[in-house]
Amino acid sequence: MTDTTPAAPGAAPIPGNVTASSRTTASFSRFRPSGSAVVMTLYLLFLLLPIYWLLNMSLKTNTEILNSFTLWPRNLTLDNYQTILTDPAWYSGYINSLIYVVMNTVISLLVALPAAYAFSRYNFMGDKHLFFWLLTNRMAPPAVFALPFFQLYSSVGLFDTHIAVALAHTLFNVPLAVWILEGFMRGVPKEIDETAYLDGYSFGGFFVKIFMPLVASGIGVAAFFCFMFSWVELLLSRTLTTVDAKPIAAIMTRTQGAAGIDWGVLAAAGVLTILPGALVIWFVRNYIAKGFALGRV
Amino acid sequence: MEKTTNQKAWFLVLPVLLLVGFSAVIPLMTVVNYSVQDTFGNNQFFWAGLEWFETMLESDRMWNALGRQLMFSAIILAIEVPLGIFVALNMPKSGFWASLCLVLMSLPLLIPWNVVGTIWQIFGRVDIGLLGYTLDALGISYNYTQNTVAAWVTIIVMDVWHWTSLVALLAYAGLKSIPDAYYQAAKIDQASRFKVFRYIELPKMAGVLMIAILLRFMDSFMIYTEPFVVTGGGPGNATTLLSIDLVKMALGQFDLGPAAAFSIMYFLVILVISYVFYITMTTLDQKGS
Repeated sequence: MTDTTPAAPGAAPIPGNVTASSRTTASFSRFRPSGSAVVMTLYLLFLLLPIYWLLNMSLKTNTEILNSFTLWPRNLTLDNYQTILTDPAWYSGYINSLIYVVMNTVISLLVALPAAYAFSRYNFMGDKHLFFWLLTNRMAPPAVFALPFFQLYSSVGLFDTHIAVALAHTLFNVPLAVWILEGFMRGVPKEIDETAYLDGYSFGGFFVKIFMPLVASGIGVAAFFCFMFSWVELLLSRTLTTVDAKPIAAIMTRTQGAAGIDWGVLAAAGVLTILPGALVIWFVRNYIAKGFALGRV
Repeated sequence: MEKTTNQKAWFLVLPVLLLVGFSAVIPLMTVVNYSVQDTFGNNQFFWAGLEWFETMLESDRMWNALGRQLMFSAIILAIEVPLGIFVALNMPKSGFWASLCLVLMSLPLLIPWNVVGTIWQIFGRVDIGLLGYTLDALGISYNYTQNTVAAWVTIIVMDVWHWTSLVALLAYAGLKSIPDAYYQAAKIDQASRFKVFRYIELPKMAGVLMIAILLRFMDSFMIYTEPFVVTGGGPGNATTLLSIDLVKMALGQFDLGPAAAFSIMYFLVILVISYVFYITMTTLDQKGS
């Protein structure tokens, strides 16, 4: 773990190389203000210090955390991680979260794919209103929906199940997926559709065999963002669960209410929730802005 | 792209309509239902008309929460937008360092919101947090659970930490789309660095910046988890923003009528901003094609 520490070491070498590379690139970069490297180093330091601190605490014993103030762990320990990975009360939270997040991603993509295709290819009655209405759901405050969701899913007997959380998260993830996919699909020329139909493909065959591979990166980006937004959400998932489907996020906030907080374990739990994002971040680096901007950048 | 009219496309959007209808329309109708009714318990409801709306509009509670909310959103926008542009201007344009910057900057965006709260809760503590400890050692009195100013500073710095990268990444995407010829022309004209920014970069970034501002406004307007984890809305009610107040009212005190009326007015505000967002997006789409 220590060699992946996202602290200053990673950011430090930037200065020399940035100026070096900008000198070699075209006239473009001559307009960069000098000191870019310093600015970026400071900014990245600001971003990474709090994360480093969490990682640092997760590798310490509670005695070290509370009794001495140390910038790096003196007695490096993985006990906190071991606690989480062996105690069902902790690790079941990760499993629960993963289950509803995956369910949500699959449901969102399945319904969003045909809809996004329709929006990108056809005009139909009420299309613009529908597209706008979807957007309002992406923007709706979860706080407004917390209580009605609680009552709705209780009344149909789905309270405290994974599918309830997965369905609740479709509120903002389906619109997100539709918008992102539509952004990618509009880039595929329509002639391709027409040629495929001339070649005798049915709509289903064309869509799965020809069209989906063409927008594969869009599907990947949409899946990533559905996963992410479902993974980071706390309010709805906490409201809709008590025991059986309780997500890791809720377990973390509830332990904070106790008198003695186990800081080391809490920090370790936090680090583990960052992992899914950190693992795939390299692959989606060029699409982060696009995804957050609903496929419009 | 020229679109053809085809009413059968409705079949393709039907699944979305049904699913989102289930998870958006039914709950919203429940809220409307509660907002016009009163109860004395036992699940017996009677018509109350617009009483709850009047009660809420007259109560200080909602206006205070709205005031705090607007102040919060205004402050974070005032910091994040200029800072984001500034960072984007300083990002390397290509190569390994550009990728590394993108990856490291995206990291806070992908952290679960409650963990963002936990990170700053720990980071700001005087006994175990780097920030709190350092400030304390410098002789600055800092305690975000007791002191209103400290609590506000903490949640604002947290939000800046969490979301400035998003503004920066969007602005960066806008910058990268500017053709080199523009810069060469500016160089021939011997334009100053400021003029290049003012007359080339800023106008070219306007579209994405508008998206960034609207997104940040919307998301900060419904922020719940991060301040809830750090301050719980305290000290007192100092950081009780709209969503925190609404959840307290609906799930904490179970005041269904007022909470529902509150929700609907909250939602109407969101609807108006969504419309502005939609118009921005569609004009941008038309420009692009």
